[in-house]
Amino acid sequence: MKYALSTLVGATALAIILLAGPAMAEDDGIIVYNAQHESLTKAWAEGFTKETGIKVTVRNGGDSDFSNQIVAEGAASPADVFLTENSPAMVLVENAGLFAPVEADTLAQVPQDYQPASGKWVGVAARSTVFAYNKTKLSADQLPKSMLDLADPSWKGRWAASPSGADFQAIVSALLQLKGEAATADWLKAMKTNFTAYKGNSTVMKAVNAGEIEGGVIYHYYYFGDQAKTGENSKNVALHYFKSQDPGAFVSISGGGVLASSKHPKEAQAFLKWVTGKGGQDVLKTGDSFEYAVGKGAESNPKLVPLADLQAPKVDATRLNSKKVTDLMTAAGLL
Amino acid sequence: MFPTAIAVLQLLPLDANGVASDLMQSAVDLARSGLPSGTGRRSRRRVPLWLVIVAIFVALLALLPLAFIIWIAVQTGWETVSALVFRARVGELLVNTVLLVLLCVPITIVLSVALAWLTERSNLPGARFWAWLCVAPLAIPAFVHSYAWITMVPGLHGLWAGVLISVIAYFPLLYLPVSAALRRLDPALEDAAAALGLGPRRVFWRVVLPQLRLAICGGSLLVGLHLLAEYGLYVFIRFDTFTTAIVDQFQSTFNGPAANMLAGVLVSCCFVLLGLEVLVRGEERYARVGSGAARYQQRTSLGRATGPCLALLVVTTLLALGVPFVTIGGWLAAGGAAVWRFDEIGLALGQTLFLALAGALLATVAAMPMAWISIRAPGPLQRLLEGCNYIVGSLPGVVIALALVTITVRIAFPLYQTLFTILMAYALMFLPRALVSLRASIAQAPVELERAASSLGRPPLQALWSTTIRLSAPGAAAGMALVALGIMNELTATQMLAPNGTRTLAMAFWSYSSEIDYASAAPYAFIMVAMSLPLTWLLYVQSKRMAGR
Repeated sequence: MKYALSTLVGATALAIILLAGPAMAEDDGIIVYNAQHESLTKAWAEGFTKETGIKVTVRNGGDSDFSNQIVAEGAASPADVFLTENSPAMVLVENAGLFAPVEADTLAQVPQDYQPASGKWVGVAARSTVFAYNKTKLSADQLPKSMLDLADPSWKGRWAASPSGADFQAIVSALLQLKGEAATADWLKAMKTNFTAYKGNSTVMKAVNAGEIEGGVIYHYYYFGDQAKTGENSKNVALHYFKSQDPGAFVSISGGGVLASSKHPKEAQAFLKWVTGKGGQDVLKTGDSFEYAVGKGAESNPKLVPLADLQAPKVDATRLNSKKVTDLMTAAGLL
Repeated sequence: MFPTAIAVLQLLPLDANGVASDLMQSAVDLARSGLPSGTGRRSRRRVPLWLVIVAIFVALLALLPLAFIIWIAVQTGWETVSALVFRARVGELLVNTVLLVLLCVPITIVLSVALAWLTERSNLPGARFWAWLCVAPLAIPAFVHSYAWITMVPGLHGLWAGVLISVIAYFPLLYLPVSAALRRLDPALEDAAAALGLGPRRVFWRVVLPQLRLAICGGSLLVGLHLLAEYGLYVFIRFDTFTTAIVDQFQSTFNGPAANMLAGVLVSCCFVLLGLEVLVRGEERYARVGSGAARYQQRTSLGRATGPCLALLVVTTLLALGVPFVTIGGWLAAGGAAVWRFDEIGLALGQTLFLALAGALLATVAAMPMAWISIRAPGPLQRLLEGCNYIVGSLPGVVIALALVTITVRIAFPLYQTLFTILMAYALMFLPRALVSLRASIAQAPVELERAASSLGRPPLQALWSTTIRLSAPGAAAGMALVALGIMNELTATQMLAPNGTRTLAMAFWSYSSEIDYASAAPYAFIMVAMSLPLTWLLYVQSKRMAGR
């Protein structure tokens, strides 16, 4: 009996190893290093596979770790496609010379404003910086006019951000480009004394909603996403758009690129084309990501403030410097 | 990462005078004393060379992460290293980490000793039932504890929140060894003290407590190491320690020097803890000497204190088990059928089981030569090699993963992001667990059988296989179960090293809960707890058996 039982357990264990092992091995298809929200890329991958039959394996992570990882992997990178939430990570990989040129058809699907002149990568979606605040704690006239005001001592202990996330680091990179290194370093130093650190933008919004903190610098779609679900973490939250070309009105371009080292360049290019084309951009309009669509003629979700009304500052996406930003933030004690 | 039952098994060697090690020692003594000394020496020399080579290889492999950190520091250059290490942020993290350890460890000691005494030495109603409930929190991964608390009290954050949840998540690591030690005490000593005129309180302070010293030291070390290594628990409550900062840096720069230098400081903290434990533990022996068996202990009557004592147990249980079960249940109810995405959950479950079993197998096979040598031919070399394995086993997963990522990406690229690398990381992290169980069961397999098999003409390996390896199978299985449990709930190393397309239960739980989709995370938490519960039960039963009850 005892022998039979242990044989059974052993056999089950062996069966799991034999069955699940091969299932974990990658078969054909492309590998996407995905720093975008898992659910969005999952919807893209499923739509693409359904249409083309090409299998997509997604590895999830963040902008910064993936971009640095691709550079470390160099020409041997297992990735075929890289998708990000923000541009600095794309710039890092582009500067390392690891992207293959994006096919002309794909570039033609996206307006000039949402792609670098080099044509090495292309915008796939966009998001706007906002100041999410608690409606019961702040009235409209108490809101900061500029993101730079948050460095003021009067804002001490009243606002939050997620400094370890690539989202916030992209906002800082825009600030760096718009206002220069000295001003950015000062702002970060003031931020260290004034702000409260949370991990993840959703967590910031949750804290704002709960009244733990008055406001936070995050991106717009967290609010809409939560409203579309239960609204449980955003019912007390309102969004403040800085507009007027303020650094806090920065619109960040999510990018997609094909790696020069890809072993499936044709399929990888097809994926990027699909994402920037009608199918992929429709996912942005109808899905629950609430990110802005950037394709020519593509519409964003009607619930959003139109992209054209945001009065975003003019930022050259190809010059966003992520390395400098992490160095400055490390120096300010934020990382 | 996860407190794990398993870790408690690591206690056995720390608890040097415990039953298990006594057993081993007597087995070794028996093997020696039964033979003329010449034969004894010769039998020691007969250790097959290949076994020694394999053991050395495993130990060297285990030292890889440490060597790597030193190598990176040398490569980076002193100026950059000092700029990255001696800065205000590192100071903040150091203060946080030190305060956490200084507050948690004493509180945990007091709580565990109180609970152990109540369940083992008092006439508390339902003592056995309470004893099991004091072990059960081990089945809940630390980050699930935190997830439960943050649901219950959304604003919870900072040092005190960290102390509260850490104590709740980790006290069983101390409770288990302390209660086992209490159970083994010979009441004759206490009787003697009482006969010499000491009151019950002073008997406890002067006789009972000193005998618990080894168990308390070992357990505290384990708690301390878990505090240093934990990631998920502290992210939920926004409390930064070295481990969370290393992951932050990894997420910002992949394998940048800043992350590696933080890892260096964290490793130093681990060494400080290990050193402190050796200092405090001392070298006194507390074992019972003499013939005959110890008599059964008398349970102290609580009398009017029964009420408050029961209240302590009820409150502890409510905090440690009630809160997680109520919140997981609450989220499952709120999420309804929609959160049970069976295709996704099934895939994650399959992959998790596969990684857990394969990792456990590898750890056990890797531990085999070392375990055999440490029983059959102990010596200075063996102690050194074994020490290497324990030191690496005490390193946080994030450090080992960071080392392996960098090594494979720079030097051994074909191994990068492969199943092999992640299984190796698991094996390094959990080797001590496999080693301890194996050692205990090899010690119980008589060496004479091996010799008999050899003299009957079996080649060495076959002789080993048909005797000792078969006899030690139950111990190996227990060790494997415990390694598997550790792997099942591992998060940071898995995220950094997993092959493309991997999504374990812990990864899925983490990804949903970071998007504050707590309802979708609940099924994963539930499955992790449900799979761990039987293993903690096993651990509880084993600790009872070891004490001979």
